[in-house]
Amino acid sequence: MKHLLSTADLTRDEALHILDTAQEMAKTQEREVRKLPTLRGKTVVNLFFEDSTRTRISFEVAAKRLSADVINFSAKGSSVSKGESLKDTALTLEAMGSDGIVIRHSASGAAERLATSGWIQGSVVNAGDGTHQHPTQALLDAFTIRRHLGERSDSTGLDGLTVTLVGDILHSRVARSNIHLLTTLGASVVLVAPPTLLPIGVETWPVRVAHTLDEALDAFDIDALMMLRIQLERMSGGGAAFFPSPAEYSRLLGLDAARLARLPSHAIIMHPGPMNRGLEISAEAADSPRSVIVEQVSNGVAVRMAVLYLLLAGEAEL
Amino acid sequence: MTKPIVITGVSLYGEEAADIVIAKGEIASLSAADAPSGAVIVDGSGLVALPGLVDPHTHLREPGREDAETIETGSRSAAAGGYVAVHAMANTTPVADTAGVVEQVWRRGREVGLVDVFPLGAVTVGLKGERLAELGAMAQSDAHVRMFSDDGMCVSDPVLMRRALEYVKTFDGIIAQHAQDPRLTEGSQMHEGAVSASLGLAGWPAVAEESIIARDILLAEHVGSRIHVLHLSTARSVDIVRWGKSRGVKVTAEATPHHILLTDESARGYDARFKVNPPLRPESDVEAVRAGLVDGTIDVIGTDHAPHPDEDKDGEWAASAFGMIGLETSLGVVQKTLVDTGRLTWRDVARLMSEAPARLCQFEGHGRPLAVGEPANITLVDPKRAWVVDPRGTASRSHNSPFGGIEMPGTVVGTILRGAVTHAHPAFGGLGK
Repeated sequence: MKHLLSTADLTRDEALHILDTAQEMAKTQEREVRKLPTLRGKTVVNLFFEDSTRTRISFEVAAKRLSADVINFSAKGSSVSKGESLKDTALTLEAMGSDGIVIRHSASGAAERLATSGWIQGSVVNAGDGTHQHPTQALLDAFTIRRHLGERSDSTGLDGLTVTLVGDILHSRVARSNIHLLTTLGASVVLVAPPTLLPIGVETWPVRVAHTLDEALDAFDIDALMMLRIQLERMSGGGAAFFPSPAEYSRLLGLDAARLARLPSHAIIMHPGPMNRGLEISAEAADSPRSVIVEQVSNGVAVRMAVLYLLLAGEAEL
Repeated sequence: MTKPIVITGVSLYGEEAADIVIAKGEIASLSAADAPSGAVIVDGSGLVALPGLVDPHTHLREPGREDAETIETGSRSAAAGGYVAVHAMANTTPVADTAGVVEQVWRRGREVGLVDVFPLGAVTVGLKGERLAELGAMAQSDAHVRMFSDDGMCVSDPVLMRRALEYVKTFDGIIAQHAQDPRLTEGSQMHEGAVSASLGLAGWPAVAEESIIARDILLAEHVGSRIHVLHLSTARSVDIVRWGKSRGVKVTAEATPHHILLTDESARGYDARFKVNPPLRPESDVEAVRAGLVDGTIDVIGTDHAPHPDEDKDGEWAASAFGMIGLETSLGVVQKTLVDTGRLTWRDVARLMSEAPARLCQFEGHGRPLAVGEPANITLVDPKRAWVVDPRGTASRSHNSPFGGIEMPGTVVGTILRGAVTHAHPAFGGLGK
């Protein structure tokens, strides 16, 4: 594996290998000295065209725990807004010498263009491209699900589990990444969203669809419930808004105490963050014992360590 | 003075073989026995002669974006593609919305002299869709504009569209619509469907095109005007035009070569050479557009040749420009998709790519029969000389061809404009250029 651009590119074996490696990484993080020498001498560039402090810090911590040199390149304003072009930025980083580039960009496909246009030699990790993919998020979600529910699965993957994603599927790279990976790992995926927030073409996806959270709770045995962040701007724009109001969103799709109580007792609650408390998720749900939201963050570091290790360390021993 | 030319044994319209004797800019005879002394004799056996191709839809970019194309480079590319006349779209900088700009384009085309360059005029000032440009002044100018379009932008305001449709009747003009509802396509990047859903690119729904075409056909019927639909791209657009024609509405339609060969699957990989407006559609739409050409619902093939410099095409998809070049590949695509598949004859190609566009655009002296006494505007095709498209191997200043690496079955080996050779393929030096 040279790059990590999309979960659609991962075979089941590759995905499991990343999760297994992440498990090893997580173990090392329980040691007194958490730093590993694995990527000493390697340079990882965090190339962020879009603000995301959480994801950038997670990658930064992961790279530093592997002893890589980390450069944070925050390119505010992409060529979309007449800044330096993606190509020139890539050529600059290449000239300075980088072994891996972690890229976050507002344009779908930016990571793939960076990896395949011949501008750079090193590996590319997609840390979120537009409304397309965010593969390390899906991997950390799968890792978290496996940790909590793995014994309910009849395999080393997620076979037999039902994972339900709620919210803005249309604009969500987290959803797209998860749908591919969860399906590859054998889970069954349910999407819950109003028709305005589902893409045309969703009928070609390997998913089942419900339009309200109650409908989904009635129809499916949910093992993991993933609440997606709703962007407030989706409600504005007058006639172009995707739903009428925040209150109506909460009424139809929000995870409140009553819906929380209807979940099977083993079910876990997830959220990629940052949360809009009181909108897509209530405080009761977010802070309940079945919420694994904070753990998702720490698992994110382990998964990103695994990805950087597998891409950059070659066949070196852990 | 151009030397007389005799092309022997060439198949007219892919049918019977004849000799074409060209002298004084006209077809002087169809028998080599009448060849004047000193004529260049060329062996035309195996070649197909068509009336010189006419492109109803070209972006030459001059004035304003000479880094992408000039009237000179665009003319050379057109001649290389077999064209003898092109219709230059109005979305230049400044916009061709005044008599001054259209005359500038027209004059520059004449100076270059490789193809006849006829400018369209903009429908609205600055293509802004707010108020009518001075259509009468452009019609009365030396450029003699008869077709008006805001191509690139849709005349979306129904009242403004109605006024434009009515007003151009003064001088037998016609409005050509770029059918795209702007509200339904805000931020749109590619065809809305399964592929856009998977790529996470904002969708350009087919209905944004179809609803405008339906509205314009109804408006044209209401006011008794002609309406021309540019680059239609969907199955339902073809159905709607067919329905309009069946009602007797004076509607004509255009299809592009890229919309009859490529599909929205090309967007996978985010290579912006495949980004175009209207977008590449799924196979079912592509097939419906081909069928519309075959059954006569679609009247003309236009290239929508849209040059862009590399820097506007090699970044992120969303940041890249819409459009692809196509003057030198159009005949090859049409042969590949429709002639070699047995769905169209070369005589049909002559109609779709020369006769009908010349009539639609009112280009005098173009789209005429290959007959004695007619202007010698001729395209010579070797239907068996296959070639593989190299985007860098074009006469255009830009290289944004979506057909790179695709094999074209036939080659334009010669283009003749009023008796003068404007393009001669290296393998066919006999044209004496």
